Order: sequence, then structure tokens, then C-alpha cells
Amino acid sequence: MRYVLRRLGFFALTLWAALTINFFLPRFMPGSPLQALRARTYNKLSPAALEEMLTSFGYKPHENVGVQYLDYLGHMFTGNWGVSIGSALGQPITQIVGQALPWTLGLVGVATVLAFVAGTVIGVVAGWRRGGTLDAILPSVFVVTSALPYFWVGLLLILVFSVWTGGWLPSDFNYDSNLQPGFNPEFIGNVLRHAVLPGLTIFITAVGGWVLTMRNNMITTLAEDYIRMGRAKGLANRKIMYQYAARNAFLPNLSGFAMSLGFVISGAILVEYVFNYPGLGYLLYNAVQNTDYPMMQVLFMLFTVAVLVSVLLCDFATAWLDPRSRAKG
Amino acid sequence: MTALLTTPPAAAAAPPSRRRGAFLRSVLRNRKALIGLVIFGVFTVMAAVPHLFTSVTEPNKLAFPPALPPSGDHLLGTTALGQDIWAQLVYGARQSLVIALVAGFFATVLSVLVGVSAAYLGGVADEALSMVINIFLIIPTFPLIIILATYAGKGTLTVVLIVLVVTGWSYGANQMRAQALSLRNRDFLESARVRGERRTYIILAEMLPTMTSLIVANFLGAALYSVLTAAGLQFLGLGDPNSISWGTMLYWSQNQQALQSGMPLWSIAPGLCVALLGVSFALLNYAFDEISNPALRPVRRRRATA
Repeated sequence: MRYVLRRLGFFALTLWAALTINFFLPRFMPGSPLQALRARTYNKLSPAALEEMLTSFGYKPHENVGVQYLDYLGHMFTGNWGVSIGSALGQPITQIVGQALPWTLGLVGVATVLAFVAGTVIGVVAGWRRGGTLDAILPSVFVVTSALPYFWVGLLLILVFSVWTGGWLPSDFNYDSNLQPGFNPEFIGNVLRHAVLPGLTIFITAVGGWVLTMRNNMITTLAEDYIRMGRAKGLANRKIMYQYAARNAFLPNLSGFAMSLGFVISGAILVEYVFNYPGLGYLLYNAVQNTDYPMMQVLFMLFTVAVLVSVLLCDFATAWLDPRSRAKG
Repeated sequence: MTALLTTPPAAAAAPPSRRRGAFLRSVLRNRKALIGLVIFGVFTVMAAVPHLFTSVTEPNKLAFPPALPPSGDHLLGTTALGQDIWAQLVYGARQSLVIALVAGFFATVLSVLVGVSAAYLGGVADEALSMVINIFLIIPTFPLIIILATYAGKGTLTVVLIVLVVTGWSYGANQMRAQALSLRNRDFLESARVRGERRTYIILAEMLPTMTSLIVANFLGAALYSVLTAAGLQFLGLGDPNSISWGTMLYWSQNQQALQSGMPLWSIAPGLCVALLGVSFALLNYAFDEISNPALRPVRRRRATA
């Protein structure tokens, strides 16, 4: 119980620190929301109207920074995220994010989890059969794939499966614009077809890292005394492999998974950009292009929270699976 | 770097095939390391003396007819703007290499410093340092870089380097801390403490050598991260659009729809170079891991020293 409280306290502290950086960063940088907004509205709106609009997302240049900061923290927690000042001027951010979120979760989430599971399983097998044919070829292959740039893999896939084959698989957007969204086979099939190339891009570039770490964990674990003990006792190989070695080798991989989510998000931004896939990453790209400050802040917070929550979940999972980490407190 | 790489005497405990192999010999015998070194070497030569590879001296100048197919004069053809693609590739090597080595080096130094001291000092210092590591780990770096680069104007090389180091060290620091923590209670460190050695001695002479492979892995990992991130940043158009680099080439080719308008080489070639440089770091990383792995195995080492 003390462990859980400690982790939760840590979670809150980290979140607070991240939010604080998020708040002060734009304010230390040149340029201001007011300028950006004036440029976006081509000076058509009166200064008073601009002020009012800015106030609605918590920008009060005349208020002191402390008050602004407290307001900002409050707004972030209550979901009062203000309106976009980017290409969708005046639209509530919750609405825009709500539209983009499912696409990112569906595409990036599924591709990442698949890559993690596949990578772990392949890693266990490769590590176990050290020196076998599988182990001789696979690591080299995955070393190469894990070093490929996300966007380049995306470009290659577009070239091969879309340009050369005359549009066999779609290379942009989440579904054909002439379709009505709905729960019918045609629409769902279309969405899946659009997800193939970006999903494959994420899978190809993400799977290698997990294969390699899992394989190396396996090899380190296999040198432990308890494995030797298991062998000496005459346990079945399968039992040693899954219940003795893989279980222990899996622990570092689990925390690695949470930590690497930040990298996956980075890759996803590029993938969504290459494929014009309307998820959160694409939203961030647009927000940056249009100096949409409130949008950037919210997206930042969401990315941070996503990583933080998964780290917390993996922490709890590790604590549950590994008594040693509990004892250390 | 070589000082870090010398295999400790523990390697004598390795299987016969690797016994007493000098470091260089084991690198040459390892095919992955060899391939990685060759790729890295070719790019280094390109970066150092680009005019050996091409007669073009100003690769960004619009000196040729646009969109030529590959030919004897233009090995990879010309861009839609009228630049020689091969010449741009050759000259682009320099910036990527500088970014990889400089950012990789400083990020590694920072992660060793923070990670090892956190683990060794323990207590409040560890709490505070892990806190910092975790904050930097959890804040998604690429969005942060994008936004920083946007605010800082079109990112010059220095800005890109600083941003890469600031965002790239935390992953390594976390690993360093974990490894150092697992070492902390090992017998050989305990005995050093009992002998009354100073902290700096224990960290530098006892802990760091056992972490060599992790440190090397970290440098290569950080270099790889820097190459890919910098290229991604420039690809999005957040670098300096007039600089000569592979990422900038990718930006312009995307800008001109190179894939769809029948000039796939313009887009694929610089991407391939980024990928190759990344692969060379990854291969070296993996090979070093293989070479120094016996030292990482506590069971064998203890037996060797006993």
C-alpha cells in the first residue's frame, strides 16, 4: 500500500513538473499568442474582440503570472481547454481533439501493442535458441529495421504499394472522403485499408527494438544460477524457457515498453504527417504550422499524460510480478 | 572512445573463439561490426573530402535543367529545382555526421554523470535525480523539439544540437541508473567499500569498467537517435531550408511531391543515406554488445577472478 501511494505521489509530482514546463516554455519564447492571432485573422477583428477571444483560453496578459499559472493548472484539470486559434479558428479544442484521438489510439495504439507482443515472443525464442539458424539471421534483420527512419519506411511503402501499383493501397487520409462514416462493412473495410500502410510502418520500425532487448534479456537471464539449477533438476526445457527464463527476462522489457512510448509518439507524428492521417500527431504538426498556442499546450499535456499513465501501469504491473521491486520500495 | 572499449581481462573467460582476441581483431572478425564500420567510414570520407566524389562544388545552386533522369553526368538525376541529387547527397553527409557524433557524445556524458551518481549516491540525491530523469523521459521529446525549433526560428545547427542533447540524454541515464543500481550491492563493490576506497575511485575504477558495454551502447544509441530525429525535424521543414543535409533534401522532395511526380530517387536516396548511417550505428552497437557480453555475465566473471 505504501508502495502504491509512493508511486501515485511520484505521478502527481511528475505531472505537475511537466505541466509547469508546458506553461512556461511558450512564455519564454519569442512571439505571443496575440501576435499569432492577429496574423491569423488578418487584422480584421478589433483589439477588444481579440482580447476577449484570448481571455476565453486563459491568456490574460495584464494579469500577473502567478494567477495565470494557477488558472492554467485549473483549466487543464477541468477540461476547460479553450478554443483553437489555428486553421479551425474558434472551435473548442476538446471537440477537435475528440475527433482526432480515436484515430491515433486505433492506429498507433494497435500497431504498437502488436509490435510489442510480436517482438517479445520472437525475442524469447531467439534468445533461447542462441546460436541456432533463427538466432543467426533474425538479430541482424531487426538491428537494421530498428534503425530505419519512420518517415522513410512510410515513403518506401507508399512508393511500392501505392505509386508503383497504381493506388493498390491508399497512401493518405483515414478513409475515402466520399464515404459516410457508419458501422457498415464497406466503411470499416475502407478504414482498415487506409490503416494498413501507416500501421505497417509503425510495426516495422518498432518491432526490432523489442526483439533485441528481449533476446538480450533472455541471454542474460539464462546465465543465472536458478536456470542452471532448473537444468540440474532435470526440468523440461519448455518449462525452463517460459516459466524460469522468459518471466524474469520480461520484467525489464515491460518498463522499457512504457518508457519507449514517448519515442513511439514521436514516430507517430512523422507517420501521420507522411500519410496525412488525421490523428493527434497531425494535429500537432498543424498547430505548430499555425502557431496555435492553446492547441499545442493541450496536445503536449495529453502526450505527457499518456506516457505517464502507461509508466504508472507498468510500474504497478512490475510491482505485482516482481516482489523484489516491492521490497526495495 | 577507445579507452572505453578496451576489453577488460575478464574476456579471458569467454569461449575459446574469442579468447585473448585483441579488441581490433574481434571487431574485424565480427561481420556486423565490419559492415557498420565500412558504412561509417565511407560517410566519414564523404564528409571530409566531398570533392573526391563529385565535381559539383555548390550542390544547392540551381545549376542544371530540372528533373533529369539518372545519367552519366548526373548519377541520380536532378531535382525538380535543378540541383544534382548525387552532389547533394555527398555534401549532406557532413551535417548528419557532425550531429550524430557531437550530440551523441554530449548526451552520453550527461547520462553517465546523472545516472551513475543517482544510483551510487542513493537516498535523497537519487530521488531528486531520478525525478529529473523521469520528467525528461516522460515529456515526449519530439513534440518538444518541434515546438522549440519553431519558436527558435528556423533551427540552426547549434539550436538543433542543443535540443538533441537536452532531450536525448534521459533514456540512457535511466538505463545507467538501473545498471548501476543492480551493481551496487554486488560483492566486489562491497569489498571496495570495506577496503575504504573513496567514492570517486569506486565509481570510476570499479563501476564504470563493468558498465563499458552499456556506455558504448548508449553513445551509439544516442547518435542513432540524433541522426533520425534531426532528419525528421528537417523533413517536417523545421530545419534550415537552405542547409545542405539529407533531411533538407527530404523536405524539398516532399514539398515537390517527388514520389507522385516520377522522381522517387530524390526522396528515397537521402532517406536511404539516413537509414544507412542509422544502420551502421545500430550494427556497431549490436556488435560491441556481442564482443563485450562475457564481461556482463556476473557468474563467469566471478569465477574468472576467483
